[in-house]
Order: sequence, then C-alpha cells, then structure tokens
Amino acid sequence: MRRGGGQILEYLDYVGGAAMLAFRTLRMLVKGPVPVHLVLEQVLHIGVKSLSLTNLVAVFTGMVLSLQFIVGLERFGLTLYAGQVVGISIVRELGPVLTSLMIAARVGSGIAAELGSMAVTEQVLAIEAMGANPIAKLVVPRVLVTTLITPILTVIADVVGILGGMFVAVIESGVTARFYIDQVLRTVELEDFFSGTGKTFFFGFLIGIIACNQGLRTTRGTQGVGESTTLSVVIASVAIFVSDYFLTKLFILF
Amino acid sequence: MSLIEFKNVSKAFGENQVLIGMNLAIEQGETITIIGGSGTGKSVTLKLLLGVIKPDEGDILFKGESVVEMTGEALIEMRSHIGMLFQGAALFDSLTVEENVAYPILEHYKYADEKVRRIVREKLTVVGLDDTEDMYPADLSGGMKKRVGLARAIATNPEVILYDEPTTGLDPANTNRIAELILKLQKELKVTSVVVTHDMATAFKISNRLALLHNKKIEFVGTVDEVKRSRNPVVQNFIEGEIGGE
Repeated sequence: MRRGGGQILEYLDYVGGAAMLAFRTLRMLVKGPVPVHLVLEQVLHIGVKSLSLTNLVAVFTGMVLSLQFIVGLERFGLTLYAGQVVGISIVRELGPVLTSLMIAARVGSGIAAELGSMAVTEQVLAIEAMGANPIAKLVVPRVLVTTLITPILTVIADVVGILGGMFVAVIESGVTARFYIDQVLRTVELEDFFSGTGKTFFFGFLIGIIACNQGLRTTRGTQGVGESTTLSVVIASVAIFVSDYFLTKLFILF
Repeated sequence: MSLIEFKNVSKAFGENQVLIGMNLAIEQGETITIIGGSGTGKSVTLKLLLGVIKPDEGDILFKGESVVEMTGEALIEMRSHIGMLFQGAALFDSLTVEENVAYPILEHYKYADEKVRRIVREKLTVVGLDDTEDMYPADLSGGMKKRVGLARAIATNPEVILYDEPTTGLDPANTNRIAELILKLQKELKVTSVVVTHDMATAFKISNRLALLHNKKIEFVGTVDEVKRSRNPVVQNFIEGEIGGE
C-alpha cells in the first residue's frame, strides 16, 4: 500500500516536473529572445539527418497499407480505390504518428542522452553557476527544433508514403499511377491535411519537453544516462499515442 | 560583517538529512577549507551558497543579502561575483577550451570578440595552458581539464572562488600544481576562496582556516595550527585518518 502511494507520488512528481518545464519553456519562448539562427541551423541539421529514417518508415508503411487494402477491398471488387484509403490513412493518422515516433526514437533519445550526460558531469550546474539559465540555453532551442522538424518531416513522409502505396497499387492491382494520384487528390482534403499535420506540432513539443525533462533529471552516472535515454523514448511514444486520440477528437469537433 | 554567512542552515534530500542548523562565517580575502568525510554535505554547502539549491531552514547571506530570497536578476548578479571549479571540471564537451573559458564572460558582459579572446588568453596563461584555445575537453588530461576549469572560474575576475574537490583524481604533480595555483590566485587576485576537500595535505597548504563538517553541522573551525593542535577527538580522528589513508 505504502509502496503504491510512493509510486503515485513519484508519478505526480514526474508529471508535475514536466508540466513546469513546459510552462517555463513556453514563457521563455514568449518573452524571448529566441536564438533563431541557432534553431534554424539545428532544424536543418537534425531534419536532414532524420529524413532517411522517417522516409524509409513512410515508404514501407504506404506499401504495406496499399497491399493490405488491395487484399481487403478485393472482397468487394473495389481494389481500384485503394489509393483513396491509403491517402486518408497516411495523411490523417499514420504519417503524423509514425514520423513522430521515429523522431522520439532518434532525436528525443539523443537529446535525453546529451542532457543526461551534461547533468551527471555537472555541466548543467555549471551553466547555472555562471549565471545563465539552463532552460534558456538547453531546453528552449531543443524543444523549438523538435516542434518545427516534426511537422516538416511529416509532410515529406506523407508524400513518400503515398508514393510507396502507389508503387504497390500499380504492380498489384494494375491501376495507373495517374489514376492512383487522382484518387488520392480527390479523397484527401485540406481538412485532413491540417488535422494530421496540426497534431505534429504538439507531438514535437511533447517529444522535446519529455526528452529534456528526462535528461535534466538524470542522476547515477552512465547507468542513469542509459535509463533516461530509454525512458524518454518510452514515455514520448506513450504520450504520442494517448494525446493522438484526444487531439484527433478535438480536430474532429472543430 | 562577514562576506558570507551560513545561519542555522538545514537541508534534507528526501529522507536523507544532510545539514542541521549549520553555522559558518567566511571573511573577505581568506581561504577557508571545508573538510569532512564523504556524503557529509560539503558540496551541498557550495551549491547552497550559489543558490542553485535552497535550504529547508535557515539563511545564507552574501554581502549581507539573503541568497535564499534572491530570484532572477539578483541571483544572476550575485553569481557574477562567484567563480566555481567543479570536481570533474564540468567543461562543456561541445565547446573548445577558448569557448569554455569565454562562456561566463559572454554571459555577463558585452565585450568585443577581440577583448574576450584577449581575456581568455590571459586566464589560460595564468593557469599555464597557453596555446590550448582550439583544443576540445576530450583532448585534455585530467589535470589540464581542472586548470581550464580554473581559468573559466576566474574569467570574470570574481571576488569569490569556490573549489569543489580541486585535487580529487589527480596525480601528485598535478595536485601540487593546482594547490600552487590556488595560492597564486590568493596572492595575486586577493580573492576569497572556499575549498571543499578531503585532501588534508592540500588543505593544510592553502588554507587560512579550516572548518570540519561532521554530524550535519560545523564541528570545528580554526587556523591550520589550531586544527593540528586541537584535542577535539573528531578533528584528530579525521585528520589522522585522512593523512594515514593517503
């Protein structure tokens, strides 16, 4: 019973700490100044490095979706229309969520490991001791980077995923590429695009805050850095799935 | 009025009570070394002074002003008067030696690049590390890292320098070199130094006074002679144990 109570307190302490970090980060973003050139440089640097991973996942997701829908729709004699379902699925849901998960795994883990190493070697304390603010120096630029690269990479992944689906549709169901693209464009509306991409700003912010919070809380040397890295990916992934439902619901309502 | 005062300071981390009602006054221009066993709260004392952690009870005064009540700009201003050498040097891995030493200067002053570079070169010369500006911390030995850390600590000409275990992990030659540097800074810059260590040989060499932290409070404060002559069994056990252990 006491152990359970302790775990709840630990959980509340964690969530409270992350919420406080998010609040302070947002306040600093509003108050500025934001190191724009540094952030843009990082967006390009990290974005380009992550592009191959997110696109690889997107192209195979599009291919397997297309394959599954062709098989499924065959029962109703509708294999020609796989492009419509693939387009909607990727733009509204799979593109944003899978790209965000890949960014949590690749970029979030890197942030947690870097800040974790800085925390255990007292580099974070040194920043504070020298009169600087670790949130302004370390958290704000990283959270901005994850918040900006997630939507950018998602849009690219959406396109790549749809093209992956097209490749399979052309081979498996015999439709022309032009017909497939036409089906996608006819079905996917601007509203679907905004619903899907809009969520990724929030996912990116979550990934950044969770990774920074986990990194800054790191203790117990290199073992702690390893644990923080793993936990940041696990927590961010769960947070993406949970918030995805509520955000989707929100976008449907408005 | 003392430069720094700890007044009835208590601090706990969860169920681990580190300090209870600790009192200590540090005078301007002196070098005081806080000695004590591992986990007795020596480093916590330095963090409390910097205001990076707050005490549960009591107050810490810097030039008569409460560090506990300082926030925002006041805290930043107070920290601009203090330099700190960390146990593991805490150099930023991604920055060069020059960028590391320049960090506190850029944080507190709006100097031209050339002036910053000149100050960095001067400070590196003080610690005997000329021509290392372009090196990264990973390229440096443990002793060199500590000396770069020291150059960074004195970069803004602080009034107070805090040393957290300055000689831990160093070979005898580097230990001696760091001790000599602390003495040199004392003489040349007339700074107030607060040293935390369990290296008694260095403590005796550099200190004007020593303070023994034991049983969650300051057990004894005195000059090197007073400590050596003390009949307090805790003091004698500690210094003999430490010296015997080396």
